[in-house]
Amino acid sequence: MVVTERRAVELTGETLLGMYERMVLIRVFEETTMRQFADGQIPGFVHLYAGEEAVAVGVCTHLADSDFITSTHRGHGHCIAKGVDIAGMAAELMGRRTGICKGKGGSMHVADVEKGMLGANGIVGGGFPLACGAALTAKVHGTDAVTICFFGDGASNQGTFHESINLAAIWKLPVVFVCENNGYAEATTFAYHCSVADVATRAAGYGIPGVIVDGLDPLAMFSAAGDAIARARRGDGPTLIEAKTYRFYGHEEGDAATYRTAEEVEAHRRRDPLITFGAHLTGTGIATEADLDGMRARAQTTVDAAYAAGAAAPWPDPAETLDDVYVSYRGR
Amino acid sequence: MATVATRTLTYAEAVNEAIRISMRQDPNVILLGEDIAGGADVDHLVDDEAWGGALGVTKGLVQEFGRGRVLDTPITESAFIGAAVGAAATGLRPIAELMFVDFFGVCMDQIFDQGAKLRYMFGGKARCPLVIRTTIGAGLNAAAHHSGCHYSVFTHMPGIKCVAPSTPADAKGLLLAAIRDDDLVLFFEHKLLYGLSGEVPEGDESIPLGTADVKRVGNDVTIVAISRMVHQALEAAEQLAAEGIEAEVVDPRSLSPLDSDSILASVAKTHRLVIVDEDNPLCSVAHTIAAIVADEGFDSLDAPIRCVTAPHTPVPFSPPLEQAYIPSPEQIAAAVRAIL
Repeated sequence: MVVTERRAVELTGETLLGMYERMVLIRVFEETTMRQFADGQIPGFVHLYAGEEAVAVGVCTHLADSDFITSTHRGHGHCIAKGVDIAGMAAELMGRRTGICKGKGGSMHVADVEKGMLGANGIVGGGFPLACGAALTAKVHGTDAVTICFFGDGASNQGTFHESINLAAIWKLPVVFVCENNGYAEATTFAYHCSVADVATRAAGYGIPGVIVDGLDPLAMFSAAGDAIARARRGDGPTLIEAKTYRFYGHEEGDAATYRTAEEVEAHRRRDPLITFGAHLTGTGIATEADLDGMRARAQTTVDAAYAAGAAAPWPDPAETLDDVYVSYRGR
Repeated sequence: MATVATRTLTYAEAVNEAIRISMRQDPNVILLGEDIAGGADVDHLVDDEAWGGALGVTKGLVQEFGRGRVLDTPITESAFIGAAVGAAATGLRPIAELMFVDFFGVCMDQIFDQGAKLRYMFGGKARCPLVIRTTIGAGLNAAAHHSGCHYSVFTHMPGIKCVAPSTPADAKGLLLAAIRDDDLVLFFEHKLLYGLSGEVPEGDESIPLGTADVKRVGNDVTIVAISRMVHQALEAAEQLAAEGIEAEVVDPRSLSPLDSDSILASVAKTHRLVIVDEDNPLCSVAHTIAAIVADEGFDSLDAPIRCVTAPHTPVPFSPPLEQAYIPSPEQIAAAVRAIL
């Protein structure tokens, strides 16, 4: 197993600013979503990605629309990092007809296959086999497309984790498994639910590289993902990346997260990837504080407009309940 | 209508031919499953020595299409059935083999929560053009983990189509349609029918999903029978014919969508209905057909509907127990006599 240090990565100022902009867009979307949920504008359940932005953005900065990702309950950040339309997401969370899934999926099933986003997923561990399938398509078609399978530490105990990594390893599928270890499977600690100290060590059981990365550092994530994605595109098979990260809010909105101490949350808040990455950008002269504030303000404008459009959009017609079960279905 | 040339094939050969035709037509059609080619990584296997599936149904396909399109998987149903779903959603048209339907328990999330629901959850913006071929049926003394029918588990689920052919010709024609279909299709092949021979059309002659077929014409009673039970019903019909009772045997062929119009039309003619189903009875296809006819064809009925099904038990091992489990022609004939 390899444990990565934070490696110096050669990135242009434009790329770095683009990464920050995407991270701040995720943060603003999630904090606005939290308020919209509290205001009763969003039915059902929402699981916020705030705090984990460095993982999705560090990885997805390498990807094109022709690459695929599978996702989790906590999927908003993956969607935004992959370029899914913000207005379509907001309307979907609100259950409106203009939602990207026409109000059929909601927060836990936001998807945009055209963008290579194969869906947030309501089943913990549900995405592993799907990721293998998307990678199999690339292999059969002979393209260099890669598939990223995002999953949480809780999912690493599901059978699909074992089965899919083994299958990807023996077929050398172009897939990268990215564990977002935020320390908790719902309310259960990682220390309790996992038999090993690091999910990445499980890679040894499948004969593939396992890498531990600081998931609060977008540059470390970018570096580790770059190596794994290059390996996958070369046809050398999968990698298991474990991003040590943290969610700033509860498992879902409404969860007071009593299983975490205030000190623990505060310690991670001090390492907020937006603060540390922002300091890196200003410290290296790539951006000024005013530049970063401007990006946040633009993100807020974008997200506010998305939610305003969603609030003004029609509800689906109840008759639409019957649509989209099948492409075609004769009779009963 | 032009006459289509036919020749005699077994049910297994008909399935194989439908796959071969589809793989020749469309490079996106791939095959995956346990031992589906057979002997992956074994260099000394030549020509058709490789298994071609546990029951030999896909024998010879790897020789024509290669191991890049005929993929042996580990024994890992969640991973490869789910991979087939993911591949279908991203541009391939896979055919996955679930060796025995009883194994659905180890991969159901990928079928039910992923494959069957993704189109709906994504607002119609995704497709799952996947066929899962699987084997059903008692009669080989294979006991409770290798002998069930269980199609009623899947007919219950929106987003899945279910097909259960009873003849070689239907197997070929319906499988051609299933592979071409843009939805998730579960294709149930009865193990005891693999050796059955029958006339099968040459070439690419598909049969639309959701169309029943009248296997025997009669005026006195309608017997709706599924998969191998069609043959049990035809045998019962011969016994009844000797008594002057003419049974009409209707094979739904496709269980979801279900051609209830054809069933109702037959009952409107005969005024009596017996349904024969090798699956367990509760929440079964048999009881659904009975409910539909009771609801929409009540005025046609001159007698109560009777269902002849397997009992509500797992499939037993011992030969006399297993024979007692499978609906027999005698039981079917008795059910008919009871409502005449």
